[in-house]
Amino acid sequence: MTIGLGHYLTVGAILFTLGIFGIFLNRKNVIIILMSIELILLAVNINLVAFSTHLGDIVGQIYALLVLTVAAAEAAIGLAILVVFYRNRGSIAVEDINLLKG
Amino acid sequence: MYQAIVFLPLLGAILAGLITLAGARARFPGKGPSSGAEEAATNHGPHHGGLAVRGGAVVQPSHREEEGYEPAAVGSRTAELITTTLLMISMILSWIAFVDVGFAHHDMRVPVFTWMTAGELKVEWSLRIDTLTAVMLVVVNTISGFVHLYSIGYMQEDPYRPRFFAYLSMFTFAMLMLVTADNLGQLFFGWEGVGLASYLLIGFWYHKPEANAAAIKAFIVNRVGDFGFALGIFAVFMLTGAIDLDTVFAQAPSLTGKTINFFSWQVDALTITCLFLFMGAMGKSAQFLLHTWLPDAMEGPTPVSALIHAATMVTAGVFMVARLSPLFELAPHAQTFVTLIGATTAFFAATIGLVQNDIKRIVAYSTCSQLGYMFVAMGVGAYSVGMFHLFTHAFFKALLFLGSGSVIRAMHHEQDIRHMGGLKDRIPYTYVVMLIGTLALTGFPLTAGYFSKDAIIEAAFVGKNPMSLYAFICTVAAAMLTSFYSWRLIFKTFHGEPHDRRHWRDAHESPMVMLIPLGFLAAGSVLAGLPFKEIFAGHGVESFFRESLAFAKSNHVLEDMHRVPLYVGILPTVMMLIGFLIAWHFYLRRPDIPVELARRHDWLYRFLLNKWYFDEFYDLVFVEPTKRLGRLLWKSGDGWLIDGFGPDGVSARVLDVTRNVVRLQTGYLYHYAFAMLIGAAAFITWFMFATGTH
Repeated sequence: MTIGLGHYLTVGAILFTLGIFGIFLNRKNVIIILMSIELILLAVNINLVAFSTHLGDIVGQIYALLVLTVAAAEAAIGLAILVVFYRNRGSIAVEDINLLKG
Repeated sequence: MYQAIVFLPLLGAILAGLITLAGARARFPGKGPSSGAEEAATNHGPHHGGLAVRGGAVVQPSHREEEGYEPAAVGSRTAELITTTLLMISMILSWIAFVDVGFAHHDMRVPVFTWMTAGELKVEWSLRIDTLTAVMLVVVNTISGFVHLYSIGYMQEDPYRPRFFAYLSMFTFAMLMLVTADNLGQLFFGWEGVGLASYLLIGFWYHKPEANAAAIKAFIVNRVGDFGFALGIFAVFMLTGAIDLDTVFAQAPSLTGKTINFFSWQVDALTITCLFLFMGAMGKSAQFLLHTWLPDAMEGPTPVSALIHAATMVTAGVFMVARLSPLFELAPHAQTFVTLIGATTAFFAATIGLVQNDIKRIVAYSTCSQLGYMFVAMGVGAYSVGMFHLFTHAFFKALLFLGSGSVIRAMHHEQDIRHMGGLKDRIPYTYVVMLIGTLALTGFPLTAGYFSKDAIIEAAFVGKNPMSLYAFICTVAAAMLTSFYSWRLIFKTFHGEPHDRRHWRDAHESPMVMLIPLGFLAAGSVLAGLPFKEIFAGHGVESFFRESLAFAKSNHVLEDMHRVPLYVGILPTVMMLIGFLIAWHFYLRRPDIPVELARRHDWLYRFLLNKWYFDEFYDLVFVEPTKRLGRLLWKSGDGWLIDGFGPDGVSARVLDVTRNVVRLQTGYLYHYAFAMLIGAAAFITWFMFATGTH
């Protein structure tokens, strides 16, 4: 069985869905939300690389690298915010973070 | 001269009013009412002799003030002197005017200024001086002058004398405006002016809730009458296109038989107009159905009762009918109605007077009854006779009121005659003048009341309208009742055993300043009859009143009066004697009889004591439904509808919506993320399927 474009896209889609559900269903920890976001970005990366190979266009892979950089930066900033947040509020449980309302 | 008569009281009122304002400023300098009250409270300490100098003016702390709760207002004495002096000048001038107009026939129109011009309506402001006016000028200024003088003594302990005197003079001015009116607009101005002054003076002691209630009642009941009066004036304007009296009277004969549409019936124009005008008179003169305010008005100071609610203002209705006699002469049905109401009032008020216990209320019901007599005379067409009774009644009724005031003062503001008795030894002067007043009121031969009352009864006897027999019976019966309740008052107050020894011992005669007016009025009560009999009720009417009163060609009442059978002539005197004897028997010889009678005829006694239940009836029929309607409009109209759905309701609904919208924002991150992703997904889907297809 040759592994074609469809398989890559399926893996990407599964990762993406996992990421989405990770955001919604997780009620415990903000870090998990960050991890879910990473998963979504990875799903995007897989799609980019798969299409790049499939279409023979290198731009997709350059984009994947760019996304990786952004993801790394985002993880760094996100974790930094979390640390500060924990210092201020003493908790990073998702239920406790509900100040963002009218 | 006429300007002086009319405007001197106004000047007095203005000056006294300014003194009142200055006094109020001095009492509460430069502060609002709230801080002023505070300051007044601090002034009531034991050293209030120490505030003799305030605001540059010097208050003389008289011995009265020491026992008074509040110091007298600044300039009380000045205000008293100014108003009283001006009134006295007015009084003297009016007597001169009376002679000048009545006997020298110098009728006049004194133009003052043009009041207003609106389309066809032109209202001049001018003083109409004819005999009718002159008679009223004399009555008003004489009584008012004496009442002013008397008030200096009576109100001695009151801290707000400048205000009182300002109101009193203002009343006098309004009344003079009323009697000198040359058109109906001016008449209405005076009419409302006296109503206002009456309201202010009844409520003069505004810290008493009953006084406020009585003032409001008087004002509202009078508005009912004034509503009719205003309609009457409108009808006059509609029919004649003018409201000045000369034009109206000139056109009146051409209006007979004309009809106007009133609520889709065709009614005789003059009859309905006169009935409306008479409605105003009923309100002002406290006639049957609109009489309820007069007894309550006794809450005011006694001089006010004497001046306004006995001698002058309440006779404005009588004066108005006399003034408009050219109209009433042409409306026989209206005259019949006037007779009916007058006769009913004369009898009905007298029956109530029989059982009342408040000295002022007895006199008030007596006033009501005597006004009924005057309207009987007006109704049967004997206008000059009605004016005669108005003239004499003013003297003896003012005398009785001022005498009652003297009694009340002697008894330390006790008004219940059951608590009096035996006062004739303590206050002999008051006793004598009250006796004279009573003799005049009951029609003792040769006193003033004898001539005028007998003349009315004779006029009722010879009257041609369908109600005159009824009026005759009522007035004769009322003559007996009048005699009974008047003597009852005298016997219970001045004779018998004192009920309260301590009060009786403390009773003291009033000061000279009160006794002098009483003396003058007593003289008036005796002398106002005989010398004036010819010109008011005899052969001199024609030459005395001339065109100020109108008598129709068919109106022979005044001539017929002199040809009544002998028994009619002596009947009132007989009735007076019967009433006197019954009262004497009941209250001096056998005081147990009235008690027994009241017990045996309990329902009748209660019926009379409760004034025929008129107040309760009106309460049930008018006051309660009005209050219920008001409550309904307040609770459901305003509270439920306007506040529920109007401005407040709209804002409440907006708040409800926002409160629900706010609930969408939970603050949880995953909800926002979910919404965002769903949104993104929806957008993408839309782009893919809706726009991406073509």
